Amino acid sequence: MGVKRRAFLIGGAALIGGGLFAVSCSERAATKRAAKLVAKAKAGVFQTWIRIAEDDTVTIFSPHVDFGQGSVTGLAQMAADELDADWAKIVVESAPVNVAFANTPLAKGFGGQMLPFSVPPFLNGIVGSAFAMVARNSPLQVTGGSSTVRATGQMGMRVAGAAARTALITTAAKRLQVPESELTTAKSQVIHAGSGRALRYGELAAEAADMTLSTEPKFKDPKDYRLIGKSIPRLDIPEKVTGSARYGMDVQLPDLRVATIMAAPVRGGKLDSVDPAPALSVKGVEEVIKLDNAVAVVARGYWQALSGLKALLPTFSDGGHAALSSASIAAAQAAKIKTNKPDHKSGHGDAPGAIAASGVKLLEADYGVPFIHHAMMEPFALTAHFSDGKLQLWGGVQDPLHSRKVAAEAAGISTDQVIFHPMMMGGAFGRRLPGSCEIIGQVVQIAKQIPYPVKLIWSREEDVKHGTYRPQASAHLKAALDKNGRIAGWTTDYAQSEDATRETRFVYEVPAFSLRHYAFATNQHDGAWRSVNSNQNGFYTESFMDELALAAGEDPYQFRRKHLKAGSRHLAVLDDVAKRSGWGTPLTPGRGRGIALVESFNTIVAVVIEVSVNDGRPRAHQVFSSVDCGRVVNPDGGAAQIMGGIIMGLSSCVDEAITLERGAVVQSNFHDYPLLKLAEAPDVDVHFLESDASMGGLGEPGVPPTAPALANAIFAATGKRIRQLPFRDKAKI
Amino acid sequence: MAIDLEVNGKSLSIEADPNTPLLWVIREELKLTGTKFGCGIGACGACSVYVDGEISRSCRIPVAAVAGKRITTIEGIAAPDGTLHPVQQAWIDAQVPQCGYCQSGQIMAAVALIKKTGQPSPAQVDEAMTNICRCGTYPRIRKAILTATGQAAAARGVE
Repeated sequence: MGVKRRAFLIGGAALIGGGLFAVSCSERAATKRAAKLVAKAKAGVFQTWIRIAEDDTVTIFSPHVDFGQGSVTGLAQMAADELDADWAKIVVESAPVNVAFANTPLAKGFGGQMLPFSVPPFLNGIVGSAFAMVARNSPLQVTGGSSTVRATGQMGMRVAGAAARTALITTAAKRLQVPESELTTAKSQVIHAGSGRALRYGELAAEAADMTLSTEPKFKDPKDYRLIGKSIPRLDIPEKVTGSARYGMDVQLPDLRVATIMAAPVRGGKLDSVDPAPALSVKGVEEVIKLDNAVAVVARGYWQALSGLKALLPTFSDGGHAALSSASIAAAQAAKIKTNKPDHKSGHGDAPGAIAASGVKLLEADYGVPFIHHAMMEPFALTAHFSDGKLQLWGGVQDPLHSRKVAAEAAGISTDQVIFHPMMMGGAFGRRLPGSCEIIGQVVQIAKQIPYPVKLIWSREEDVKHGTYRPQASAHLKAALDKNGRIAGWTTDYAQSEDATRETRFVYEVPAFSLRHYAFATNQHDGAWRSVNSNQNGFYTESFMDELALAAGEDPYQFRRKHLKAGSRHLAVLDDVAKRSGWGTPLTPGRGRGIALVESFNTIVAVVIEVSVNDGRPRAHQVFSSVDCGRVVNPDGGAAQIMGGIIMGLSSCVDEAITLERGAVVQSNFHDYPLLKLAEAPDVDVHFLESDASMGGLGEPGVPPTAPALANAIFAATGKRIRQLPFRDKAKI
Repeated sequence: MAIDLEVNGKSLSIEADPNTPLLWVIREELKLTGTKFGCGIGACGACSVYVDGEISRSCRIPVAAVAGKRITTIEGIAAPDGTLHPVQQAWIDAQVPQCGYCQSGQIMAAVALIKKTGQPSPAQVDEAMTNICRCGTYPRIRKAILTATGQAAAARGVE
């Protein structure tokens, strides 16, 4: 890892007398692969900024946008710990569009070298993490892929903190005329114990920031961490309990207009015709704007816009998708798998051969999952304003950088004429990733036609009907047990839009395993739904693992143990959850226990769920989870992420399904797309097993083991094996 | 049509179409954006406010129906000197919010429940807290309600 000096002082009131440190570093392997993928990338993957003011206030510029994970707090902990800064004087600015940073040579250089468009420097970290994610074969994700803390934090924030601390020590040594080795740091001071003298970081910062930083800063010994590993309260929570946090929905601007929109009910369809008159007669409505596949109404407020839209009778084409339904998709996917001509495959050994040759016992099963919706609590809201040839946007997206480019293309102007003001996000879960935010193009088209700033708000109905869903998918699993009751070979054949053969991980030790993808597209725009393909793959694999245990006449926990390497992290996690949940001890009559183990985003999670089934409806009473993500930066925040993932996972597998009829989405709001509520939310026990393994993510890995653990618990309670999600009333006897 | 209201202790007269939902008057006319739009059909509770002290989902109430009534929003529950309501403080202590978008409504529902029941039983919490949270903060909401009502012993071990 190389560290380059990227330090400079900037004029302006906010920075006078202070020092600004910026560090660029790269992860060698990732950079190399990223370089291949993005053609001319060189180095300098991560950019991180730390500003130390004269009064010792340390500002950490987080390149990421937070949508509830608390990762911004985690990043600050990492930088502040390595810097030995006083936590009481830490300020985090999350991706601000700050004029002080707008025209630095750094930004131009970085943008010119690496990207076909220019980049404001505060976003460089986002670009960097996106490259790293590409390099890891994950989907292009920005604040996503559970990557913020483990990538930007590990490789950006810690390095920046340590490098800045080193520079401060060097500066202090010069001033105090003592060797650096006699100096220590604590609470934003450099201390010379021998003479009892100390210098505040604020006194040293300006000079320190102007010197060449050490190319390889010395990191703290983990035993000396004061902030990393501590449950420090999240910085964003106080404003979220007073209603003062500002989301994209809350943007206020002079002369602001509000628009709402209706797109073709069948995705792929176009707007045929619409008579604007009925909307224009609604008080407050100012414009009816026709887009290629949608119609929008602009008014003084949302209610007027919505009333105007409801008054319209637009006609849309169906894009030739009128025959498509959830049932037709499932049938076609099953047929595709039967062709035995996969588009992608991964695995090891000759799995079909092993199954054919040595099978004492052969087991086969068909699994399926429906489209599911992100249902972020804040429906899409994005504000745009054209003036003087420039376009400004305000809103919450997972990748402001890419969004800026999309907006520029939609507007037909150059990217440097677009300013994006990132706002807080009321949930995202993958819905606000690049390529999933059609609202950008929509609002730009609308804004081009009116002289005012306009906030486009999607109704909940629009949000539910035009999601970028977790794909509907079908799978056929096959395995054989040898004479000792061990798995001899295993094949998973699945059909869905996206290939996930390299993304998902099979954790068990088996002689031969094959994962085969059959590409199958629908008219829907599939997206990344919290935990992405590990979600459905975890459901298939861990449900089938229980089916195999049953066939082998073994306890599901013990059966898994036999297929995990002795001394492995996976086995430790599995054993831990079994112990904590009292696996094997008697349960209240009528209840069942299910177990599952999934590794995703470099984190291993095992879950045990206790369930009862009442009139076919499963009710999870208690969830135990054990987690190995390497080191945990903020245990309380991490536990909240796992807990949230498990609750969201339960919601998704019990009730949620987006279905298609005649090519259109049937559901429209929370009455027919119900989410789990508090009354059905179980307590969730989260236990971290820290290890020296490289850091894993926490935002997503709680989800994948949840559905199979519940399926296995339902089987234990009722004897019914449910292979199609959602569970709802499928356990009716 | 001019409509008189009292919002967070202030008497106001607003000009609005009488059918406009109270939510949009609060957000767009009064610029009190702590009250959130989530579904528009009264299903999620993000828009919860008090109307004459009763918890109400403001996206389903025409503004004409609240003429002359007292409205309290999330901005109006802290003490005048800015001291947080004990439920808001409990929300911080239990580190409840994640994305935070639903939490104004959750807090309003919890304050109403506690006002009505004093120390709500688990069944009363289940019955009253029907607001949707997509991030999955429910176990911490339960814990915060228990700690806010002095049921700390019961709150231990929750989540």
